[in-house]
Amino acid sequence: MATVPATAKVVVIGAGIVGNSLVHHLARLGWRDIVQLDKGPLPNPGGSTGHASNFIFPVDHSREITDLTLDSMRQYQEMGVFTQSGGFELARTEERMEELRRRMSSAQAWGIEAQLVEPSFVKEKVPFIEEDQFVGAFWTPSVGVVDSLRAGTIMRERALEAGALTVVPNVEVTGLDVVELAAGGSRIRGVRTDAGDIEAEYVVIACGVWSPKIGDLAGISIPLTPAVHQMISVGPCPQLAEREGEISFPIIRDMDTLCYERQHGADMEVGSYAHRAILHEPEDIPSIEQARLSPTEMPFTSDDFDPQLEQAYELMPELLGAEGAEIRYAINGLLSLTCDGWPILGESLVRGLWTAAAVWIKEGPGVGRAVAEWMVHGHSEIDISHSDIARFHPHQMRREHTRLRTTESFIKTYGIVHPAEQYESDRGRRLAPMHESQKKLGAVFFETGGWERPHWYESNAGLVEEYGDAVMPREHEWDARWWSPIINAEHLRMRDAAGVIDLSAFEVFDIEGPGALDAVQAVCVAQCDVAPGKVVYTPVLDAAGGFKSDLTVMRLGSPESGGDHFRVVTGAAHGPADRKWFGDHVPAGTTLTNRTDDVVTIGLWGPRARDILASLTPDDVSHEGFGFLTCREISVKGTSVLASRISYVGELGWELYAAADDAAGLWDTLLDAGGALGAVPVGIGVYGTTGRIEKGYRAFGYELDAERTIVEAGMQRPKVKAADFVGREAYLAQREGSPEAVLCTLVVEDHTSASGVKRYMLGGEPILRRDGSTLTDGHGHHPYVTSAGSAPSLGKHLLLAYLPPDEAVIGNELAVSYMEELYPVTVGSIDATPLLDPANERIR
Amino acid sequence: MTVLVCVKRVVDSSSEVVLTEDAQAVDGRYAGFTMSAHEECAVEIAVQVATSTGQGASVLTLGDADAVEQLRAALAVGCVAATHVVADPQTFGPADVAREIAAVVRDSQRSGEGHDLVLLGNDAADSGDFQVGIRLAYELGWPVVNGVANVSVAAAPGGQRSLTASGDGPDGHETYRLPLPAVVTVLEGGVEPRYPTVPGRMKAKKVPIEERQPTAAPAGPGRVRLLLPPPAPSSVQVLGKGPEAAPAVVDLFERLGVLSR
Repeated sequence: MATVPATAKVVVIGAGIVGNSLVHHLARLGWRDIVQLDKGPLPNPGGSTGHASNFIFPVDHSREITDLTLDSMRQYQEMGVFTQSGGFELARTEERMEELRRRMSSAQAWGIEAQLVEPSFVKEKVPFIEEDQFVGAFWTPSVGVVDSLRAGTIMRERALEAGALTVVPNVEVTGLDVVELAAGGSRIRGVRTDAGDIEAEYVVIACGVWSPKIGDLAGISIPLTPAVHQMISVGPCPQLAEREGEISFPIIRDMDTLCYERQHGADMEVGSYAHRAILHEPEDIPSIEQARLSPTEMPFTSDDFDPQLEQAYELMPELLGAEGAEIRYAINGLLSLTCDGWPILGESLVRGLWTAAAVWIKEGPGVGRAVAEWMVHGHSEIDISHSDIARFHPHQMRREHTRLRTTESFIKTYGIVHPAEQYESDRGRRLAPMHESQKKLGAVFFETGGWERPHWYESNAGLVEEYGDAVMPREHEWDARWWSPIINAEHLRMRDAAGVIDLSAFEVFDIEGPGALDAVQAVCVAQCDVAPGKVVYTPVLDAAGGFKSDLTVMRLGSPESGGDHFRVVTGAAHGPADRKWFGDHVPAGTTLTNRTDDVVTIGLWGPRARDILASLTPDDVSHEGFGFLTCREISVKGTSVLASRISYVGELGWELYAAADDAAGLWDTLLDAGGALGAVPVGIGVYGTTGRIEKGYRAFGYELDAERTIVEAGMQRPKVKAADFVGREAYLAQREGSPEAVLCTLVVEDHTSASGVKRYMLGGEPILRRDGSTLTDGHGHHPYVTSAGSAPSLGKHLLLAYLPPDEAVIGNELAVSYMEELYPVTVGSIDATPLLDPANERIR
Repeated sequence: MTVLVCVKRVVDSSSEVVLTEDAQAVDGRYAGFTMSAHEECAVEIAVQVATSTGQGASVLTLGDADAVEQLRAALAVGCVAATHVVADPQTFGPADVAREIAAVVRDSQRSGEGHDLVLLGNDAADSGDFQVGIRLAYELGWPVVNGVANVSVAAAPGGQRSLTASGDGPDGHETYRLPLPAVVTVLEGGVEPRYPTVPGRMKAKKVPIEERQPTAAPAGPGRVRLLLPPPAPSSVQVLGKGPEAAPAVVDLFERLGVLSR
């Protein structure tokens, strides 16, 4: 019977690629007393790592995933378990070729060598492929396969050699001990197992498909679902057998049939993502004894696979139909899927209880390093904020949500997914009080954080005609997908008169009590020790000086006025993570209260905003009486509203915070009174893109992330507050040095493609020299478009991108590559100076 | 000559057997379903024998709708026709199954085709009855041999074919010669069952399956319930530690026959 140590600094549950990588990196960073548990035997305890196909295609549209993959490839190479094979992604259709052109953009932006090639090029490297089955391919020479089990053993051994690790296989976790904290919240205290209890400061759940079950032991949700990925192995194939080694032919991803063909010695492995989504509950995974092969190699359901078999056969008939080649292995392999496709990493709501799950082989070692850095230093070199477990809203923590979303997204594993594409399942979870009114106005709803937000209103369709070509219509279906010229018409009307914008999705939380000021000051870069009634826009940094968020803080009370009270307002997508970060800094005796569902925000902006508001309130809303960056309670038609004079669209106006019960009435009041002065309801298409991009406003998750600094983003203020805050030291150092990259606004000069169709970039495209040559910034990164959007008031399409400092010169002529064609761009702004209204006169 | 091979959808093997809640069957949700190893060998023999005489093997099962998967599996490795007697296998005892197979064989005879040889697995992997082969032979009035590993057919004088079946018995290797038609039940070990090929699997998908209803309601002995045996006691004996343990390990291997003395 195994025995476990009685105490540990950290217990890592799971000995798959993630757990193994994590113990290695924690040991490398100096942690000791690491205990690693797995309920299975070593080196293959029976999880998803044990049956993985182990191949790596580095190019992904996401920078975060690509960076984790590239880091993992470097680690696999260093361990000597990487074999380069090259890989092709085939297009059977012209639509797919266009997607491969888009893939070229991502490859160029992330600095990965890739090439679009003819079928004959593929045939030369893969002689058994049928050329007439496809029209072209995306060639990535750096694709390869890894031995993930061997890598796991090497990483465990390194931690063992350092004297940092005790590994105990064949031990089942039976409980997690959690204690309540005096300051609120809870903390992990240890792990119970069938071989004894371990007291531990930290626990990491890194056990793949079983993670939700283990999370339940501590009352936390790890919303992933075990899902089937089918694969078969066919061999021996004489064409493969005559070459030595595991792999000597490039891997084929047959994108349109959602299949791959990967050589494994004399066998060809055919894997599929084309079948129906076959989901399991973590509780329904068999034990090692109950399973025929391993717990995550479930019985093969051949009916699901048969259509793919035929498609694979069409592509490689001579190989798959070779004399003696038999289907020798076929499984329904289990892997982990999440509702949004991102991994689940970071500290849970139980302090000290961390997660590292829903990770693929291609990201495993990179994730291990990043999470270890996060645990040891508080931040990681690679930004992994999209994968933060703190991102989940309560409705996303339900198993049903994960089940519905993954059922919808499984088929998109190799799919052509538009960057603005919306999910169809499990919608309507969070509705604004004025939702019914918005439906009547023909709102087209996009979702964020579960909220249904009008992106534009069909009721404004008449404005498109009114503004004519100024709405910058888009001819190409891809550019115009999930978009409408109505957005630009709403924009123009807002700038001409006013717009009323639903901002219910804002995450709003109040921090109150004697420790409130210290907590807010510690988190925010900007000075928050201000008089009540002041509004502060502030970056939030990690200790390394990278962005953790940017948000607004209102001071609503002070000790003199009866108690300290701050209200934090942030975006829905990142709201829960911000709430956790502030919560981590709130001491005992001070409270953090989530007000998101009780407080509804409506924006009113435009040159007529003051006239509209003045017609509805007896309170003074003049510039002198209600200055910019201040807030106060006013009465709007008898309803008490907290008005905050701030703008994310560069116009005069207010955010109006009302009680949820009053919001629908306020909405109608504003539209009624505003309508007479030309105001219309305006959607998030304006608020999130066109309005802000004209003003050069940065957005978290696009321009701002943990790998960017205030200085690079051009957001430094003349002074730094004296009070300490997270990232202060790093920020001071950044201000002394010169930036490695500079955030610029670029103007597209000509949209005409070779075919004569005008094209409009959507974001993610590489910025190059006019001659097509590559630019590299001081980090060694290549510039790419962080945000793209129409600037209707300028009649231009604008792009934001971080450029090398010596290229950040106003008037500098560069190019953007879109779908493999170059378009001329010119640098319009090299700091936060907006192209529209640079003196910010409209806001007054 | 024409060969009929009979298979049964059973739960695949795993180290812990799980029963369904009503204890009437083995639960296949974890391990999945297959035909038994004996039947896989019977299918292989059926395909070899039929092919060697220039004809095709047919496969038959009695089972629920899902049992089609096992028919397709047999078709994918070389059978050319399939018959599905649609019935709940849990309520059909060995006498009932034998009666239904006999009905298929007789109908085939009536239609002028007939079968020269019916192959079955030695016993079903789930219920372990060991009865269907003998009961079938009795029903048909045919000779039967049980538990053989190899089967071959030779042309006898006068154009008649005869069948040779052989396998290991308690006292040595046994060889039987049978006149045809005959029933033979097969033990695994004599032939290496082939895996399906990709074209074989694709072809199998397209073969029409003849569906039949049972000729009578189940009347033979039925099952009360399945019981799991008590877990086998395990004892661990430490032979020694380090290099000093080597002689004891060698000695053990010799006793087990892993190494020859």
